[in-house]
Amino acid sequence: MSTDTGIRGKAYLMGAFEHPLRDAPDTSTPQLHAECARGALIDAGLTKDDVDGYFCAGDAPGFGGLSMIDYMGLKNVRHLDSTETGGSSYIVHVGHAAQAIAAGKCSVALITLAGRPRHGGRRPGAGMAAGGGGLSDGPPEAGFENIYGGSTHNTYGMCAMRHMYEYGTTSEQLAWIKVAASHHAQWNEHAFLKDVVTVEDVVNSRMIADPLHLLDCCVVTDGGGALIVTSPEVAKSLNRPKVRVLGAGEAPKGPRGGLGLDLTHSGAVWSGPRAFEEAGVKPADIKYASIYDSFTITVLMQIEDLGFCKKGEGGRFVADGNLISGVGKLPFNTDGGGLCNNHPTNRGGITKVIEAVRQLRGEAHPKVQVANCDLAIAHGTGGSLGTRHAAATLIMEREG
Amino acid sequence: MSETDTTKSGAMSRPIPAPMISVETKPFWDAAAQGRFLIKRCTECRKAFWYPRAMCPFCMSPETVWEESSGEGEIYTYSVMHRSPTGPYAIGYVTLNEGPAVLTNFVDVAPNGLAIGMKVKVKFQPTEGGPPAPVFAPA
Repeated sequence: MSTDTGIRGKAYLMGAFEHPLRDAPDTSTPQLHAECARGALIDAGLTKDDVDGYFCAGDAPGFGGLSMIDYMGLKNVRHLDSTETGGSSYIVHVGHAAQAIAAGKCSVALITLAGRPRHGGRRPGAGMAAGGGGLSDGPPEAGFENIYGGSTHNTYGMCAMRHMYEYGTTSEQLAWIKVAASHHAQWNEHAFLKDVVTVEDVVNSRMIADPLHLLDCCVVTDGGGALIVTSPEVAKSLNRPKVRVLGAGEAPKGPRGGLGLDLTHSGAVWSGPRAFEEAGVKPADIKYASIYDSFTITVLMQIEDLGFCKKGEGGRFVADGNLISGVGKLPFNTDGGGLCNNHPTNRGGITKVIEAVRQLRGEAHPKVQVANCDLAIAHGTGGSLGTRHAAATLIMEREG
Repeated sequence: MSETDTTKSGAMSRPIPAPMISVETKPFWDAAAQGRFLIKRCTECRKAFWYPRAMCPFCMSPETVWEESSGEGEIYTYSVMHRSPTGPYAIGYVTLNEGPAVLTNFVDVAPNGLAIGMKVKVKFQPTEGGPPAPVFAPA
């Protein structure tokens, strides 16, 4: 491997800290992670606000890196990696961090490990269940959040409620997102829901979590997907249309200590511009958009945050069929998306990329294929917009 | 409807499971058992924050202290969950007078009685085998 494409000499280990405790009866696992992070940053002469990459493995309590990022108040993270390979994870992480730095994806990477097996915090994820007697070592927010019956429905419902309050967004506007998805799903022989629905159908479906109705929600399905990413040399050797990766951005978002909570925007306000800048294109250039659609409100917030319209104007933007292929300005989720087609194991990110690949190859269903589709975006949110989540944006183009 | 739903006509409530407690958060739950609502404040940057943790999420200082809050604030947002075997219940965030927003359940109020901006105050509800948990009711 040549030095200009590898990591040789492109990253430096500038901070290191080993926790002094060998028995930690009075310090939680999240606290141990944070104390190690603080020690390494002080050693390097940096602060937490310099950190823009976070790496952890299965010993970090919570959902990937999201809980610890929020616990520590890391607000500038633009690269996350929770690769889990057991005890070797942290050596893998240094290699991955060097790759990310060499690629310009971050400049200060923080890697943490901590745990307290002498006090019951042995297994990754141990103590996830509430109660049970003794002190637990699960996600740091769990005791203050998991007891209130939060689900995806009502935590996204909280976002929709606040969006309506601040911007006057209506249930009828949200319904147009489901209507558009259903128009696409009617042509997908595999779609879980194939019937075209109307705005009235959506707003008259039963209320699940105010203000989200049954038809504001995605489907629950089995299934799956897979992707192959290759080097340019391998791509050239294969007899398939070439879909080239142009840019990618990622960003976590959480309550961040609860000051200035804002549930009307998502991490897409950070991941989107990073991806567009790397790709060298603008939202107005995009011909097709795969937008994660766990709920109608998810689509609306992300469309605003990615810059397809101004904040607060998403309701007007999605109305009147503007997301329907062949009708509107921004054809979206032409497979029917999570709202109608599928949502395998409650994770919709991979199907977003798959339909974008179909569109760029010209292999979408003829009734929904976007003419001359040479530039597409796939964007997703993992976790919950109402608590903590990670946004990811990917921009792709058809080559040739 | 469970028996707790009949405390006030049409008022929402839901059973709350025992909270997960760590060595880091035990003081909060010990105080909750005495009916006191604690938040954390950083003694370096002086900011109050939620959820409680040992290290300040704003300046990473380990110098944080417990502080009793009046538990007064206003509703930032909410959602009434209708798909529930124990009857409708409301989840939402309260912006405390001290600044931080707190995720919680709203009680002693009917499903259509909530509004963003409504003044609310903390109270404690028994949990299933654990210390009482903070919930909020109209002030």
